[in-house]
Amino acid sequence: MGSNYISGAEIVIRCLHEEKVKFVFGYPGGAVLNIYDAVFQQNKFKHVLVRHEQAAVHAADAYSRSTGKVGVALVTSGPGATNAVTGIATAYMDSIPMVIISGQVPTYAIGQDAFQECDTVGITRPCVKHNFLVKDIKDIASTMKKAFYVAASGRPGPVLVDIPKDITAEKYEFSYPKTVHLRSYNPIIKGHSGQIKKALLLLLDAKRPMVYSGGGVVLGDASNQLTKFVRTLGSPITSTLMGLGGFPASDKQFLGMLGMHGTYEANMAMQECDVLLAVGARFDDRVIGNPEHFLSKPKTIIHIDIDPSSISKRVKIDVPIVGDVISVLTELNDLLSKEKIKQNASLKPWFKEIDQWRSTNCLNFKNDKKLIKPQFVIQTLHKITKGDAFITSDVGQHQMWAAQYYPFDKPRRWINSGGLGTMGVGLPYAMGTQLAHPDAKVACVTGEASIQMCIQELSTCKQFHLPIKIINLNNRYMGMVRQWQEFFYGNRYAESYMEALPDFVKLAESYGHVGMKIEKPSDVEPALKEAFSSKLKERLVFMDFITDQKENVFPMVPNGKGLSEMIIAEDL
Amino acid sequence: MRHIISLLMENESGALSRVSGLFSARGYNIESLTVAPTEDPTLSRMTIVTSGSDEIIEQIIKQLNKLIDVVKVLDLNDGRFIERELMIVKVKANAQYRDEMKRMCDIFRGRIIDVSDSSFTIEITGSSSKLDAYIESIDEAAILETVRTGASGIGRGDRILKV
Repeated sequence: MGSNYISGAEIVIRCLHEEKVKFVFGYPGGAVLNIYDAVFQQNKFKHVLVRHEQAAVHAADAYSRSTGKVGVALVTSGPGATNAVTGIATAYMDSIPMVIISGQVPTYAIGQDAFQECDTVGITRPCVKHNFLVKDIKDIASTMKKAFYVAASGRPGPVLVDIPKDITAEKYEFSYPKTVHLRSYNPIIKGHSGQIKKALLLLLDAKRPMVYSGGGVVLGDASNQLTKFVRTLGSPITSTLMGLGGFPASDKQFLGMLGMHGTYEANMAMQECDVLLAVGARFDDRVIGNPEHFLSKPKTIIHIDIDPSSISKRVKIDVPIVGDVISVLTELNDLLSKEKIKQNASLKPWFKEIDQWRSTNCLNFKNDKKLIKPQFVIQTLHKITKGDAFITSDVGQHQMWAAQYYPFDKPRRWINSGGLGTMGVGLPYAMGTQLAHPDAKVACVTGEASIQMCIQELSTCKQFHLPIKIINLNNRYMGMVRQWQEFFYGNRYAESYMEALPDFVKLAESYGHVGMKIEKPSDVEPALKEAFSSKLKERLVFMDFITDQKENVFPMVPNGKGLSEMIIAEDL
Repeated sequence: MRHIISLLMENESGALSRVSGLFSARGYNIESLTVAPTEDPTLSRMTIVTSGSDEIIEQIIKQLNKLIDVVKVLDLNDGRFIERELMIVKVKANAQYRDEMKRMCDIFRGRIIDVSDSSFTIEITGSSSKLDAYIESIDEAAILETVRTGASGIGRGDRILKV
């Protein structure tokens, strides 16, 4: 054995160094003790000890969402891996590039129902982009290289590498491959030029063009290209929940978010347009509602996506363009600069119609002197942070209000679980985001139900001095569940009431943080100002806003209905 | 419509469950699925018989292509192809059935591969529909046991699925 032979555990660590990993989020256990021993003896990345494996994966996920880099989580076998599954599925649904390393029982014990054994590769198979079980120390380095490559390329996604304990103790020579080639995996980057030209001509010819952008624009770092293209084209644009920030929300061409809780103008323009350009979006049920109703108004649909299986999945596409959004948009911009087009004078009637829809002022809400309106809290948060904070959210009404009332002008500022809709992500998302951006303002918009799903992470925040500001919109209900029960279940609030809530102020304090309880509308702004003041710059502040219990999220497209069948607040 | 999909994939553990898992997770039909290594031991060839509308078949092909281990996918129904399935069937061959079973075996160009006083074991190859036709042609009461491999398919002439 040569002197350059190192243990499998050290090989894992060296691979992470080669990938220039800055943070590993994890939790130790029997099967990963060798790896943790190697973590202990290095200082090139920081290990962030969470309090539950789910949070490790969420935090690594948010690190990726807010930076564009691959997030890394490290968990042990059995319960460590099963606890990680929710986090992995969350990242998978939103196409987040991640590498999850899980320990496994020794190779000779696999299949023997050993202590803390589970079929991790089998359990995670449906919710990863790909996974590997490494059975030979010789394969660790090449597998890690493949894992990072697969996670980050094409349509990104989480990749799991399961490593049995005995492999991490053996010794082998370390050599990290410079390149990786998989004959079975060759994502298409460049779009078809003929299709791109055809798409542009259709858009220039359109009387009622519309752009619908999704999470793919954010993931593909194509915001600048999209913004340039849409501004030159002069068309209106909307964005999905996942795409917010991909086009500046303050631009007058932006119609707000679309979908179930989208704006009236965005949904109507989607329905009434004649040529629709979808960029990195996937026409999912929360976005277009009923697909038949959506297509009942004839329109020509162009779809740019890196994943061929996203095209014509729910809606038949007329002009499919498979490719990386940044590459296709760059080509569209190049073509557009060559075309001598008039500055869309013909779009005036279209915008006139849109302005009429806009005049419904669908996000208007009535402020109250006594009760704190959740929308008002978000608006004030926007004002106090000058619209420049990273906002993470949990899932439910507060998530929709954050999306509606905190306009994002930059990508990667809005961190939430769109596809899987995982309650509990908010706090670990804020952790991953704050670690990636130590000097930035990071606010976690949550509710009293969601926050309790990962509340133990307040301890992690203390350990790593994360000055997150938690905006707890406390309405003593699982708000979105209650809203559906009010609308569709005859006000029968089955199990949606949060009884026996903790005193969040004391809870925060017991973890060593600052707690505030805000009960009056007039206290909202002063409290937020204080939380974001330089005095509390270094501290986590848990702000418990006691809000109007019965406030609902509007507009709303009821499940299974069409985009133009919205309920607007005044309708009720 | 019934489609026969051929695919080449990395011959690695778990590859089969990635494909079968995809079909169950997305609610696609599998009529039959066969898999075995090819002349290149690093590759497995799989034949999947499925059915669905054109849109569903298009999605199935795309989803299969998306699996990292899948090297190539071909919908054999996009061109001319040959389909074969092997069936081994054990039938009653007592005095009442013996002549009839021999005759039906000949008609379907099967071969009797095992004989006892009371039974024949017959092998028959052909398209899945030919095998169905054989089963329908003989007296149900005479069938003791059947085992089928599921269909394998290959393109005609110059249509070649290879890496």
